[in-house]
Amino acid sequence: MKQLIVFIKKEFKHVFRDNKTLLMLFGLPIAQIVLFGFALTNEIKNSKIIICDYAQDVSSLQITERISKSKNFEIKKTIIDKGQIEESFKEGDVKLVVVFPVNFHNDLYHKNKAQVQVIADASDPNTASTLTAYINFIVGSYQQEINNGTDGAIKIIPEIRMLYNPELKGATNFVPGVMALVLLLVCVLMTSVSIVKEKEKGTMEVLLVSPMNPFTVIIAKAIPYFFLSLINLTVILLMSIYLLDMPMNGSLILLYFVSSILILCALSLGLLISNVTETQQAAMLISLMAMLLPTVMLSGFMFPLENMPLPLQVVSNILPSKWYYIIVKSIMIKGLGLMSIWKETLILTFMTIGLLFISFRKFNIRLQ
Amino acid sequence: MQDVIVQNISKSFDDGKVQALDDISFSVEKGELFGLIGPDGAGKTTLFRILTTLLLADCGTASVNDSKVINDYKEIRSKVGYMPGKFSLYQDLTVEENLNFFASIFKTSIKENYSLIEDIYVQLEPFKNRRAGKLSGGMKQKLALCCALIHRPKVLFLDEPTTGVDTVSRKEFWEMLKRLKKEGITILVSTPYMDEANLCERIALIQKGKILSIDTPQKITEKYPDKLFAIKSDNMSGLLKELKKNDKIKSAFSFGEYHHISFNEEYKADHLDSGFLNSDDFKKIEIKSIMPTVEDCFIHLMSIEENYEN
Repeated sequence: MKQLIVFIKKEFKHVFRDNKTLLMLFGLPIAQIVLFGFALTNEIKNSKIIICDYAQDVSSLQITERISKSKNFEIKKTIIDKGQIEESFKEGDVKLVVVFPVNFHNDLYHKNKAQVQVIADASDPNTASTLTAYINFIVGSYQQEINNGTDGAIKIIPEIRMLYNPELKGATNFVPGVMALVLLLVCVLMTSVSIVKEKEKGTMEVLLVSPMNPFTVIIAKAIPYFFLSLINLTVILLMSIYLLDMPMNGSLILLYFVSSILILCALSLGLLISNVTETQQAAMLISLMAMLLPTVMLSGFMFPLENMPLPLQVVSNILPSKWYYIIVKSIMIKGLGLMSIWKETLILTFMTIGLLFISFRKFNIRLQ
Repeated sequence: MQDVIVQNISKSFDDGKVQALDDISFSVEKGELFGLIGPDGAGKTTLFRILTTLLLADCGTASVNDSKVINDYKEIRSKVGYMPGKFSLYQDLTVEENLNFFASIFKTSIKENYSLIEDIYVQLEPFKNRRAGKLSGGMKQKLALCCALIHRPKVLFLDEPTTGVDTVSRKEFWEMLKRLKKEGITILVSTPYMDEANLCERIALIQKGKILSIDTPQKITEKYPDKLFAIKSDNMSGLLKELKKNDKIKSAFSFGEYHHISFNEEYKADHLDSGFLNSDDFKKIEIKSIMPTVEDCFIHLMSIEENYEN
């Protein structure tokens, strides 16, 4: 037991004396969260929009004037040709197009009902939904005004179209994904590198020729990174909630519990990688390849899994991050409890046990 | 009583392409200072790794302090001290932290065995808060030796402890080994430096995975079959070429500032003159009779081995 404690202390010293490790451990997650955070929390001001006015009548002009008064929008131009809409989006800076159909005013006062079309560039889903909400608000208040307090006989119906990303996958989806990514990346990378380092520097040779049990070595390696990862998780959570306005509707304890399982899973994977590689570079490369790419591509937070071909959907099942992503979304956004996520948690647990078992078996008690 | 017994050990790497050890057998007495002398790539490190249970031999058996290297590897690991050829301590930990760490993983403390390392540690003490990576080569070796000794091992394996260390530190290092020997620790030390062979009680000359000879350094040099001479002139490289062509010369090889030569039977060279040379091209010729060193013996044995192979 004393061996273990001394070894763990030694590991902490390694971490705190190496600026590179520290940077990777704490800088990486913070940088990622901040990066994603800025993409999400930029206030939307002066968004360039286009008014496509076929009506050119009193009502359409009145609404256009209100839109132009809003600080949120900057009307780039007013066009008549519908064919130009798509082109304007592709040019890049136009975020939204408002289309008034012919006879807008007439329809409004004679049929008591008129449509206004709102087309948004949803490749940035967060901006798109915010901007359409602004338009909805302006149109809605105009409608209230012309009804003049009556029971709302006149209706303007905004017809909203999201271009490029109709599902509106967005903001709140990123944070759980980034959490999975960061935890996996940091844990796998750190543990694999720390064991391979001992091999590379030759200290493993000395450790092996000692009464120390290989299990002690593995556990002593894993424990410091487990705790550092929990700190990391806390930092990420604080930043997500306070910086990115991520909701936290579920149980925090449950979230930490499941995250611990994911961290253990990542640590075992790191141990496994370190057992089969000889140099730090190789360990780093494999960790990155095995973690970063599949996590980003296949855990569902960047690209919806439902849209992927079947083989990729099957492959995604072996990724711990996919299950963790589902769990975090359920806990943080939907506020669900263990009863709803027991299946995913169980899968994650089995993965961890399996990986841990293999890495214990693979641990070399000799040099070859 | 024998502390290390090696019987018919062979080991190859890369699917048999590289024969690191070829049917090696020898034994080391308890409390002996035993030297394994040979150039780089001779198989010294492989042999040490097999004896310290880090590698498995392809065939043959070995035991250390009555424990078999394969079956009883756990016992061996707790009672031997091993200092690898490469500096293998934690460079980012201080001298004291390294020592404490190794004491703890061997379930002991610095205090418990301080008497054993005292002589060495007093030299390190002024730097005890310095990180190991910032020590000089000689200091690193001393620290590594301390760490290998901290649990008072029965057998100490030192793999090229003096490689890359300055002459003064090398000398000090060997004096430390002599003191350790007095404590009754069996010491196996490997070195590529032939001049260190005389500091061991017994040595094994090893080359290409084979042991050429095992004996005390004195007996090995006594066994040298020929009378040996050292020769030097103003044109050393030309002289060596000439000597190798000369049919009166049995062997010639360069050795520091001299060439060492021996003569064929029929040329009884008791008189030290340059009459045997066919050429007058060489000036300032100096010849003297010398006692063979371990290195002379090594070169001699090596050439026999090579002839035998061919």
